[in-house]
Amino acid sequence: MSDCNLGSMPLRYRVTIDRDQCMECGRCVDNCSYGVFRQDGDKILINSRKCTACHRCITYCPRDAIMLAEHPCDYRSHPVWNQQVRESIYNQARTGKIILAGMGSVANLPVIFDRLMLDACQVTTPPTDPLREPVELRTYLGKKPSKLDFRQKANGDVELATELTPNLMIETPILLGHMSYGAISLNAHLAMARAAQEVGTFMGTGEGGLHPGLYPYQDRVIVQVASGRFGVNVDYLNRGAAIELKLGQGAKPGIGGHLTGEKVSKDVSKTRMIPQGSDAISPAPHHDIYGIEDLPQLVRSVKEATGWKKPIFAKIAAVNNNAENVAAVARSGVDAIAIDGFRGGTGAAPRVFRDHVGIPIEVAIATADKELRKQGLRNEVSLIACGSIRESADVMKAIALGADAVYIATAALAAMGCRVCGNCYQGLCPWGIATQRQDLVDRLNPDVASKQVANLIHAWTLEITELMGAAGITSIESLRGNRDRLRGYMLDAGLLDVLDVKPIGA
Amino acid sequence: MDGSGIRQALSMMNERGSGEGAGYVAYGIYPDYRDCYALHVFLDNTCESKAVVDATLEQWGAIEHDEAIPTCNQQNLRTACTPWRYFFRPDASLAPGSASPEKDVVKNLVMQINGCVNGAEVVSSGKNVGVFKAGGSGAWPEVVADYYRIEDYEGYLWLAHNRYATASPEKWERPDPFNLHDWSVVENGKTTTYGTNRRYVESFGYNCTTSTDSEVITYLIDLLVRRHGLDINLAIRALAPPYWEEIDRMPEAEQKLNRALRFAYGAATMNGPFTVVAASPDMMVGFTDRGKLRPMVVGECADRLFIASEESAIRTMEPEVESITRPAAGEPVIGRVAP
Repeated sequence: MSDCNLGSMPLRYRVTIDRDQCMECGRCVDNCSYGVFRQDGDKILINSRKCTACHRCITYCPRDAIMLAEHPCDYRSHPVWNQQVRESIYNQARTGKIILAGMGSVANLPVIFDRLMLDACQVTTPPTDPLREPVELRTYLGKKPSKLDFRQKANGDVELATELTPNLMIETPILLGHMSYGAISLNAHLAMARAAQEVGTFMGTGEGGLHPGLYPYQDRVIVQVASGRFGVNVDYLNRGAAIELKLGQGAKPGIGGHLTGEKVSKDVSKTRMIPQGSDAISPAPHHDIYGIEDLPQLVRSVKEATGWKKPIFAKIAAVNNNAENVAAVARSGVDAIAIDGFRGGTGAAPRVFRDHVGIPIEVAIATADKELRKQGLRNEVSLIACGSIRESADVMKAIALGADAVYIATAALAAMGCRVCGNCYQGLCPWGIATQRQDLVDRLNPDVASKQVANLIHAWTLEITELMGAAGITSIESLRGNRDRLRGYMLDAGLLDVLDVKPIGA
Repeated sequence: MDGSGIRQALSMMNERGSGEGAGYVAYGIYPDYRDCYALHVFLDNTCESKAVVDATLEQWGAIEHDEAIPTCNQQNLRTACTPWRYFFRPDASLAPGSASPEKDVVKNLVMQINGCVNGAEVVSSGKNVGVFKAGGSGAWPEVVADYYRIEDYEGYLWLAHNRYATASPEKWERPDPFNLHDWSVVENGKTTTYGTNRRYVESFGYNCTTSTDSEVITYLIDLLVRRHGLDINLAIRALAPPYWEEIDRMPEAEQKLNRALRFAYGAATMNGPFTVVAASPDMMVGFTDRGKLRPMVVGECADRLFIASEESAIRTMEPEVESITRPAAGEPVIGRVAP
């Protein structure tokens, strides 16, 4: 630091201990993997600078003695040169580097979901009571025929001639999104796999391969092929219930992935098929897809390798020409397209991408659904919305805008304890989620965590059932694209037009 | 049958309506023009509005004959338009490649005329069929029947509807029945899937202009039966499919068929309470939502079939009715016209 005059930044967080309450038990010292606390004789010393606001110490303090404050030091307030902007400059002036950040966008932009209101039945139609009548959430993901063909049998009976292509059946329109083993721990993966099995859905492996510990749950796993092709071989492809080709990610559209060497443990190295301790860098493009016509060849290769028995998904990041991208991918032979909005999470992404590139998932789903219908391609693919699905109402709204199902990821991590502190890239997650350090991983009991994830999905499923019943809708396909059941609250006319949603009162 | 019986049956259920709209449709009423498409059109006026329709029809085919639909003013009914009828021969060469070019031409010009603000609404467009309906205050079933003098028409298949108005009570094109060439639809209820269904049919070139379920249902049936070639049984099953739980319990082949129907026609599925009675020149069908939240009563007498909301309506038309049944939810009633 001798050649830098910037000195230390003001504290991001200040941690304090109520000394009257504290009994010096040292649980905070043990729990904090970032090294905020240190036992010095009979006193616990605090280094607030290391704090990430992960709340681990607060959670485990038996006396509620720990308190945390964000931005305890004021900058001169300024509407343009705000604190984040200034701190980024100081950081980059010191390092000359791209700033990395974890979790989703922190840009303070309005959330469209929060400005969409759901509908309910009143007098002209009765609501459905889900306790007394079926409300169907069962969803099939994959290609559907646009029309059916029949043939006459010798005895005069008519039978179906159309062959259905493989679909994934889920009992609730919520899937667990792709997060790699490496980015998150084996226990986190196990927890999600068991939860997927319990609630009748699927989890994504991310691009890190499939650890043998997950083989017992492979029927509930969607394996991913990303640009780095880490962990990909024919055995891996054949173990999954479906295969996802990751073409892009909402948190960082246009760039590849990055797993820091610190997180490449022995097991991660084996599963990814890369040397231990080396950075795992996925390239920005797939180097066998330089034009859209290369994608169908990759799709067919993967289908051929798996005997045409498994649905193939493609994931793309939501960007300006989203509708065109979706229509292009829908023609490639894939069975489902996951669209990842700009608020999507990540273990590590350049801050400038995370906060400035891409479009919101609400708009991306609406325009994708519209374009596919316009081009007569809607039955060719299922659409999966992802990137900041936070609660059951978001699921409803995403489906009403045109999605078939959603991926949740950050919400699933939060169900396991994650406090969205955004320091995943450090590999020190005290909750045992985004880390490979064995003593930290051991903190996450997969039996307990899987129950919590299953509880979350179950609770959302119940809420969706109630919301659908209140809207008088008894099958999820009747909610899909049913934008009449949404109203925009304080959204501008241009955006309402893009969403094809009427304003409140209309 | 002339229209007097159904007029009386519908009036019997006046407490189900608000006196702001009613309508009738009859098949077999234009034997002299049986080979022409009969277009019933509501004209805002008989100059500019009519000129638009004349010009459009002449581009798409030939007008065999046209005239005002005979009406008889009723004291309490405010006339909002002039009902006119055209007997029209579409030029089949204008829909090359179509399996049913005449119907595609008729469909296209109905969408075109109804999609524009031109003071003209086509309310029926089939061969040997006509819709007679009116809205606004005072439009009770018997008033509308008397206005159109429906007792003067002899038909072999009639549908009728008594409206309880919720939106745009004054509009004459809003009450059921809705018709597109062969198919006519009356609906009791209100679906919760109008948005989904509308987006679906509009992706096949239909244009929904009245925000009513029956309009969408008419187009759905035309799409599924005429253009996708589904048997009427399967079309109804696509619109009101069995629950997955029921499908899971079916024998393998039936399971496959029902799954395929739900896969292909998920966006055509209707939810919410409804009873639909639809008719074409060869049949009359009735079906309800799969929870049967709206009533459907079926009467039979010799070779005649009655489908109504209430038994009293059937008994009004046919006091000697031989059987009255109430089909279970998801059980359609299909009556075919004897050759």
